Amino acid sequence: MTAETLDSRRRGIFESFLDSKFYRRLSRNFIYRYVIYPVGQMLLFVALAAAVLTLVAYGIAILFPEPRPNIVLADQISKQLPGMIISGVSIGFVYAMIALGYTLVYGVLKFINFAHSELFMLGAVASFFFLSVLNTAGLLTDVHPVLLIIVMVLLSGAFTGLIGVLVERIAYKPLRGAPRLVPLITAIGVSFVLIDLTRIFAAVTINDFNLTLPTREIPALAAPVPFQFGSTTVNVRVSSIIIVVAAVIMLLFLNYFVNGTRSGRAIRAISQDATTAGLMGINVNLMISLTFLIGGAFGGFAGSLYSLNVGTINPYIGFFPGLKAFTAAVLGGIGNVTGALLGGLFIGMTESFLNGTLVYFPALGQRYTDVFTFGVLIAVLIFRPQGLLGERVDEKV
Amino acid sequence: MTTLTALSPQPQPQGWREIIRRPGPALALLIAYIAFTTMALFGLDRTALWYPLMQIIFVPMFMFAPFLVVSAPIKTIYKVILGGVLLLLLMPLLGIYNPSWLGLAIQICVFTGLALGLNIVVGFAGLLDLGYVAFFAVGAYAWGSLTSPAGTIFTVNGWSVSPGAFYVFLIIGAAAAALVGILLGLPVLRLRGDYLAIVTLGFGEMIRVLARNADAPINFTNGAQGLHGIASPPVPGFVISFTASIGNTLGFRMENPNAVAQQLSFYVIGIIIIALIVIICRRLIDSPIGRAWTAIREDEVAALAMGVPLVKSKLMAFAMGAAFGGAIGVLYASKQTFIDPDSFQLLSSITILAMVIVGGIGSIKGVMVGAMLITLLNLSMLTNLSLQINSLKNADAVIPIVNFHFSDWPSELEPAKYGRLLFGLILVLMMIFRPAGLLPEKRRKLELTERREEVDEEPMIRDTPSGVPQERS
Amino acid sequence: MKTARLVTLAGSAALALALSASLVGAQDSQVIKIASQSPLSGPQSVLGIAIRNGVELAIEQNSQALNDLGFTVEFVPYDDQATAEVGVANAQQIVADPAILGLTGHLNSGVAIPSSEVYNENNLVMVSPANTNPLITDRGYPTVNRICGRDDLQGPTGAVIAANDLGVTSVYILHDTTAYGQGLADYFRAEAATLGLTELGFEGTAEAANFDGIIQPILALNPDLVFFGGIYSQTGVFISQARAAGYTGLFMGGDGFDSSEFAELAGDAGVGTYYTTVAGPASVYPNAAQFIEDYNEAFGEDPQPFAAQAYDSTVIILNGIAAAATEAGGLPTREAVAAAVRATENYEGLTGTITFDDNGDPETAVYFAVEVVSADPAEWSNNTIVASAVLPSPLFALQQAEATPSS
Repeated sequence: MTAETLDSRRRGIFESFLDSKFYRRLSRNFIYRYVIYPVGQMLLFVALAAAVLTLVAYGIAILFPEPRPNIVLADQISKQLPGMIISGVSIGFVYAMIALGYTLVYGVLKFINFAHSELFMLGAVASFFFLSVLNTAGLLTDVHPVLLIIVMVLLSGAFTGLIGVLVERIAYKPLRGAPRLVPLITAIGVSFVLIDLTRIFAAVTINDFNLTLPTREIPALAAPVPFQFGSTTVNVRVSSIIIVVAAVIMLLFLNYFVNGTRSGRAIRAISQDATTAGLMGINVNLMISLTFLIGGAFGGFAGSLYSLNVGTINPYIGFFPGLKAFTAAVLGGIGNVTGALLGGLFIGMTESFLNGTLVYFPALGQRYTDVFTFGVLIAVLIFRPQGLLGERVDEKV
Repeated sequence: MTTLTALSPQPQPQGWREIIRRPGPALALLIAYIAFTTMALFGLDRTALWYPLMQIIFVPMFMFAPFLVVSAPIKTIYKVILGGVLLLLLMPLLGIYNPSWLGLAIQICVFTGLALGLNIVVGFAGLLDLGYVAFFAVGAYAWGSLTSPAGTIFTVNGWSVSPGAFYVFLIIGAAAAALVGILLGLPVLRLRGDYLAIVTLGFGEMIRVLARNADAPINFTNGAQGLHGIASPPVPGFVISFTASIGNTLGFRMENPNAVAQQLSFYVIGIIIIALIVIICRRLIDSPIGRAWTAIREDEVAALAMGVPLVKSKLMAFAMGAAFGGAIGVLYASKQTFIDPDSFQLLSSITILAMVIVGGIGSIKGVMVGAMLITLLNLSMLTNLSLQINSLKNADAVIPIVNFHFSDWPSELEPAKYGRLLFGLILVLMMIFRPAGLLPEKRRKLELTERREEVDEEPMIRDTPSGVPQERS
Repeated sequence: MKTARLVTLAGSAALALALSASLVGAQDSQVIKIASQSPLSGPQSVLGIAIRNGVELAIEQNSQALNDLGFTVEFVPYDDQATAEVGVANAQQIVADPAILGLTGHLNSGVAIPSSEVYNENNLVMVSPANTNPLITDRGYPTVNRICGRDDLQGPTGAVIAANDLGVTSVYILHDTTAYGQGLADYFRAEAATLGLTELGFEGTAEAANFDGIIQPILALNPDLVFFGGIYSQTGVFISQARAAGYTGLFMGGDGFDSSEFAELAGDAGVGTYYTTVAGPASVYPNAAQFIEDYNEAFGEDPQPFAAQAYDSTVIILNGIAAAATEAGGLPTREAVAAAVRATENYEGLTGTITFDDNGDPETAVYFAVEVVSADPAEWSNNTIVASAVLPSPLFALQQAEATPSS
């Protein structure tokens, strides 16, 4: 998402264009830098992933035309294609938003915040309680749905952001400078504590484990929106559309924050070299807290949007999305904000396509989708540990 | 800095502390302690209101006695005698009296073995492995899939092995797990610590998914149905008659002497395996490979520069740790007689890690204490706490001053459900306040207490154990 | 040496004391305990707590016979957390308490199978209210019984109803990759194949929240019926999402659907879902009206599924203990209790009349197919029964078949 990153990597035919006066002027334009360019980038990533995966899927269909009796794979893929892309994009954006939390924290503290997946879960749980309280008060249908969702997502994000800061202050700050494994183990502990505290809270307040959001009470969310793709009609759920729209807006804000504000620059400075940044007058502790606030808030946003999509949540939902988002962050290049977006979209869409095709191979089946995701993680780490967009950094000695 | 204070002479103990450090009083105290806890356990009234609480107090007290024996300032010969009496006389007697304590002792052996195995990887070589339970699963499935009547590809084709092959399979299970460890280790050991942690975590989950799904098209693991009726090693006849006669002589009520004898033999096998593992670990620390691990753990780059073969040493650590896990897996499968993919969850990996950390990363004695403590917490103390609350409920007890009726205790708040919360808290608090563990390894203690102020992950100047500050290479 | 003498002295004193203490501790008491094991926490706690409550109520109401014989009956509930490891550890603790003479338990077959090994080794009788996996009783243990049906009969019942009553021609089968769910789905699948239904897919998933990827192929294949072998906490969410994504066919499942929380999770999408069950709604049983009232009074809610079954299981155990105690003229042995329970004949329970066969299965069990009628959890007990069949257990059927030609 950063124009700067691209600057350092430009080569070949783009060079002349990027050097031209027109582009220089354009790149200074606010709308271009913070709206058009990142949106274009997201569109590009989505289109790229969709195109590649579609080709692969049809390639498989050519190799195995009839994996099960009476089922022509190519036909099935054509029927499922729009649905697979939409579900892949929506879950991909969720992964991308979680992955941002991992990446931002890794950037400044060089450690994997294992507890981040629980901030995602807490975002979902916060949304549940927000909607439930409104529902019991009978206010749920009185508020305009758009306003309702905006408030819900922002409140959930604010809540998880604060929890993130709190966790950092209590559990991670005393460990600065300790050997690498120490904060990682602490983070695992924090993750367990957060899960069980949530479980106790839910048990005590509403005496239940499965939390069903009262979204069915909101007519605007309940009915799917039919879209016509050629001969097939695809029912797109309103929540999927909300996820994509909200995620794009949030990501634009994040891009502006990281690249366009003083605080963002300070955070980037710390991730380059914390000591020097501190010497330059940057309040390192404050900026680390700010990073946890923003990272946590994005986890919460993602959780909130996800809860809208799935309808029922529980205190254990964080683990798998968290692990996949981490995979996404690593795939994109951990520490790299654009990479997190690319990785998230790629993992989400791949998963959706795998679910859609593996089902026709009785010997494999959808149950191997997760194995594949971990396989990707391991493969990336082995062959390109710096990720797709990360820069190779030799270990400092 | 801190290093110097750590090396300065400790203040001499005063008063009673000084007295119990003398061999004579220490021995007397120890014997009194052992006698007291043993009698207390034999004397517990199972119908008493506070029976669960008594178990919470006295079972761990007894189980800790061997560690007190080992650390007491007494002659080695007494240590051996007392240890032998404890482990080979009193524990079996208590086990015949109450088989659930024997079961607990076996579980402690299982988890001690696992913790010691993980300790090689995490403690000695400094590689954080979050998927350790996968090796445990390999061993368990190796034995399970060949002896369960569930109809795996092996047994269907007549490859089943007789229960007597158990002892051979302890080695085969270890070898299989070591092989898996090497196969996993080869590609991922180039990775830095935190990446390695996540990859091993993913690997642990993958093994579970595979175990769950490897029932079709070829049935290796019987999938989600799990493997039941896994064979146990045959119990020698004299053990059965011995158990039965002891039970009769002492008037213990025994439902099934055969089952107790079976458990007893598992207990003995467990003790022997643990003893072997401890001996191997001790030999390893002081061997060239052990020193190579320490070097890698302390500073990988410097170790490489000094000519330590990184990949080979790391692989060795992975393989050794995995081998212990595999052997213990065979024991576990045989003891449980049933395994399914859910027996090998991430939570188990984390629990084992918690054992290592609570006890003291790298310290053999510490890890054993940690394993015992957490196993007791997990399988006995928390459950007994729940039972205590329940029996207070049954008795309609009331806490006086606040007038709280135990019958109002919500079932969602029963302590047995919050093992996860407890482990989480243990991990966090230990890392913040005592990162070196309860019984720290000496070198590790220095390492973990020395640098705290620096924000930078790699400080420029670093104290060395010798106390002389050195410029980093 | 001084210390050496000290060692011998103290050691022998300790041993002597320990042994004398043990003789005191081994005295029999006149307290009889009944244990229960079920998940009291976690996703399936609704059903697990129902089992515990059923046992508690049964002990409260039915221990008079034992009180008259001079015993007091106590209840010890254990939480197996739906995991095998915890279940087995609890089982070891349960069998070590000589006062415990019977166990009602387990919701999950995957926990019941390993735990019952421990019970059987120690002669402790277990009566299961809910475990439908065939292996539970097929091992032929004298101590392991159940009062519910079996998956190898329940699964096929669902397939028969789908083919004959619902006119379904194509099915898509899902399961939750647990011993219960996959077992049930396998039996459904086999019977569906013999009935000539087209199987469009067979998938396992442990996913609990986001079913998007699983739903896409179902939309493309558009089967008449989706069968899901799983528990309500997962299937309810799936059904809600599948409807929202535009799937219009039917849903069917097994007794894992049978909880009012299903209605809450699935919402309107769940209305019209069929499930087979071995435990009809408590309201269908003539003897159950009083039970529902008492349960409501004791626990402040309508009984969830398996509460009545747990009640029956416990009463069977209590009757068995009473019979064995009368015969022994005092505290009976566990073996005698197990034998007395196995000998249960024509016990008139809340959920039907029960006679155990030699494996511990009820000789005949009723299998219901039920349709969900409302998205309101409070209406769960009004679900309509669309079909029911009385099927003999495999062993009983075999004995009948052998008996018929010879007579």
